[in-house]
Amino acid sequence: MSSDAEPGSGGAEATSGLDREGKADRIRELLATEGDAVAANTRGFNEGRYESTGRLDDYEALKEEARSIKEDAIERLPDLIDEVRETVEANGGTVYLADDAADANRYIREVAAERGAERAVKSKSMTSEEIEVNDALAADGVDVVETDLGEWVLQLADEEPSHIVAPAIHKSREGIAELFAERFDPDDPPETAEELTMFARERLGELVEDADLGMTGANFVAADSGTMLLVTSEGNARKTVTATDTHVAVAGVEKLVPTVEEFSPFVELIGRSGTGQDVTSYISTLTPPVDSPVPDFDDDGEPLADGTGDDREFHLVLIDNGRMAMRDDEELKETLYCIRCSACSNACGNFQSVGGHAFGGETYSGGIATGWEAGIEGLDVASEFNDLCTGCSRCVPACPVGIDIPWINTAVRDRINRGEADPSQLDWAFEELVPDEEPGGLDLATRLVGNYATLAKWGHRTAPIANRLADAGPVRAVAERVAGIDRRRDLPEFANESLVEWFEARGGPAVPAAEATREAVVYPDTATNYVDVERGKATVRALEALGVHVRVPALPGSGRPPLSQGMVATAEAAAEDVYAGLAPHVDAGRDVVVVEPSDLATFRREYERFLPPDSHERLADASYDVMEYVFGLLESGGDPAALRAPAGGTGPVASGKRIAYHPHCQARTIGVGEYATAVFERLGYDVRVSETECCGMAGSFGYKSEYYELSMDVGEPLREQFGDTDRVVVAPGTSCTEQLDALLGAAPTHPIEVVAPRE
Amino acid sequence: MTLADTSTFAGRLADLGVEVSAGPPEECAAMVDAAAGDPAVGVPLGRSGPDALADSPASLPDRVETEPTTADLRAAHTGVTAASLGVAAYGSVALEADAAGTEPVSLFVDRHVVVLRETDLVPDMADAFDWLGPRSRDESVDVVFATGPSATADMGGLVHGAHGPKAVHVVLLRDRDMAEGSLDGPEGGR
Repeated sequence: MSSDAEPGSGGAEATSGLDREGKADRIRELLATEGDAVAANTRGFNEGRYESTGRLDDYEALKEEARSIKEDAIERLPDLIDEVRETVEANGGTVYLADDAADANRYIREVAAERGAERAVKSKSMTSEEIEVNDALAADGVDVVETDLGEWVLQLADEEPSHIVAPAIHKSREGIAELFAERFDPDDPPETAEELTMFARERLGELVEDADLGMTGANFVAADSGTMLLVTSEGNARKTVTATDTHVAVAGVEKLVPTVEEFSPFVELIGRSGTGQDVTSYISTLTPPVDSPVPDFDDDGEPLADGTGDDREFHLVLIDNGRMAMRDDEELKETLYCIRCSACSNACGNFQSVGGHAFGGETYSGGIATGWEAGIEGLDVASEFNDLCTGCSRCVPACPVGIDIPWINTAVRDRINRGEADPSQLDWAFEELVPDEEPGGLDLATRLVGNYATLAKWGHRTAPIANRLADAGPVRAVAERVAGIDRRRDLPEFANESLVEWFEARGGPAVPAAEATREAVVYPDTATNYVDVERGKATVRALEALGVHVRVPALPGSGRPPLSQGMVATAEAAAEDVYAGLAPHVDAGRDVVVVEPSDLATFRREYERFLPPDSHERLADASYDVMEYVFGLLESGGDPAALRAPAGGTGPVASGKRIAYHPHCQARTIGVGEYATAVFERLGYDVRVSETECCGMAGSFGYKSEYYELSMDVGEPLREQFGDTDRVVVAPGTSCTEQLDALLGAAPTHPIEVVAPRE
Repeated sequence: MTLADTSTFAGRLADLGVEVSAGPPEECAAMVDAAAGDPAVGVPLGRSGPDALADSPASLPDRVETEPTTADLRAAHTGVTAASLGVAAYGSVALEADAAGTEPVSLFVDRHVVVLRETDLVPDMADAFDWLGPRSRDESVDVVFATGPSATADMGGLVHGAHGPKAVHVVLLRDRDMAEGSLDGPEGGR
């Protein structure tokens, strides 16, 4: 936070306590004012990440190494704190372990007062923003100057960071030029990036010369030597430390690692993961007090280095502020592995559209912010922006320490659901529709989405009426007002005959088990069974054409919708039911084929938390994405001629040969997104794959009235890429299908419907 | 250090826009003279970088002020220091924030000319931290791994010279044993 920012002027409060309409207005405003700059910058960082990590031969191994160092360090944290106290003190420095922000600020103010500091210069540090030390020092009359160019701009503009690494990405070059012109009224106002940078360099250079106290953060601290590591590009941290004789470093206790050697994987990963730089310009590894002479700018005729050595002071202020409690919290503990690289922000569709002013709390922003803000500030702050994590999971492979960020968001959402439940709400009217495991009083919109499997079953049973009702204007108005379901969205239309009913009616399996190459169960997920039955039928046709004995038993929903709403107990119950239903088939050696990618992702990822390890492993190993399964069948000798090849000839007919494919976000995360491409290419199709992390619909997110416009904005790159295409657009995800329909004006089909033989 | 490391290092420096001159230690002064702007300040070789540099034939040209005052530093265009280590895979040089002033001399200037012995090149980052670990624990060294010039993108475009040097020039002192290998750039030194 900038020195003169008023407490509580952060992004979180801006949306605090707002109703749906207010939230929608706030998001609309940010989309209009900051959205373009944030989108251009974050998408650039994200592309840079793919390029930079792609240049590493051992990327996954480095990530695993980094992860295990963090796990070990957090496990041994109390010992490491003791050790670093010894090493820093042996070096001639001081360690202060602060319980909370007030404790840390009191100590830092004392240090400043003892040294008679009139000006403190700072390099960028999120932890110092967390404790709001600028305000504390300013109250004592200390002039605090941010020297990171982006932070300095925000300090001048009295604005909050919109990104944890590049704090001013929401500001345009023109905006900065106007700000400088207004604040400094220079004779020759700087305009270009070069001119603006040189203007700032000169101004800040003068301020640094007169500074008495230098404050930095620390990206990592090695307990074995008291060495701290700072990742920077501008050189301001180097100047901050060198030009002042008193160095205060503020770091969360979680920054400790056992040894200097263990810095290495982080140095290789942090820049690549964040802004897509292989390494930033400067990696300072200081074992303070540093040995450099202090340049005496007031008496500059003296030799720079007179060989006597200077009297430097060093204070390492380690901050607890909730972290030790997070360490004991099974769900929040993983947050402490975070190295604040910003990969989860840049990879996130919603963040790319609105930035940290909407998707952030008091200090931190992006997907991992839910963990930080819940642990440091509390659930109320986390609840203000936690909705913006849709669980698309694209941050999971991006995170250099493998944090399951969507899970932290889910777990915190569950706590919010339970903590804020209002028992006075009348749920009895809906009990039949929402047979969940959640507390009474939970928000109705949450419960309706969370119980989608039951709703869909009911909708299918009463399909003609339900569908007509769903289209009726007055009903939609009520749905929007009461449940927050945006009127601009088409609702799914329920089928008269479910997939399971169709399969029974046709007489069950068409390929006898005795003649089959393999046996498989097609999992009738809620969307395939009750809404988009055709893709289920296509799956059965394709597998049977490849000689598979197929069954379609009635099975419960996977629990993905309740999971998305933070209804963990309900999702866990679903996992147990699904496993009970599938286990006999798995025991009998049958494969489980899944049409809807989000359900497969749930089996493979979240079920690990709900089922005993053996059960999870058996189900995860036996389950396949339908295109993954078809690919496997073709690889093991299945006849491609049994599937549908592209239409021959030229002209409009041949356009069927050309495919535009949007893989599902979660399918990409679990590594099955590319099988559809492989199958298409094997059959002779020409495939273009979308470059967008997530379509923006993300299950139920885009249906919610307060997020409709954000959802459409997130999907905009897909419209840009596929809007004018003459290709056949395919997407395996149900909600992606709805979104692409809304964006492109035509509903895409599931990949299996393209390659399955005709009825 | 291998020829492959030197080639990788030179390639990375080229990507970073860092100029390189390479030659035997005897030519150090001439290479620095050609690379340094005016006025130039510096830290004597050996007081900056590995001790062994003090006894080598490498030296700095006379026009580099090696006992600068703070005023000299402020007025300097170029700062000349040695580096203790080079990291081939990243094009990084390890600068020690020593009592002789390597850190301010390499930082408060527009151009940094850095002298590095080819023999001090290591292949990758892990090697650099294996080198740093014992020195941090036993000698409390302060080391900055500098990769290319100071940079920022905070003002609406990538600009070099945010706070630190706008340009970096590496003077690479070749090993006698390896002098037969070529070092012309990324393609050299197979």
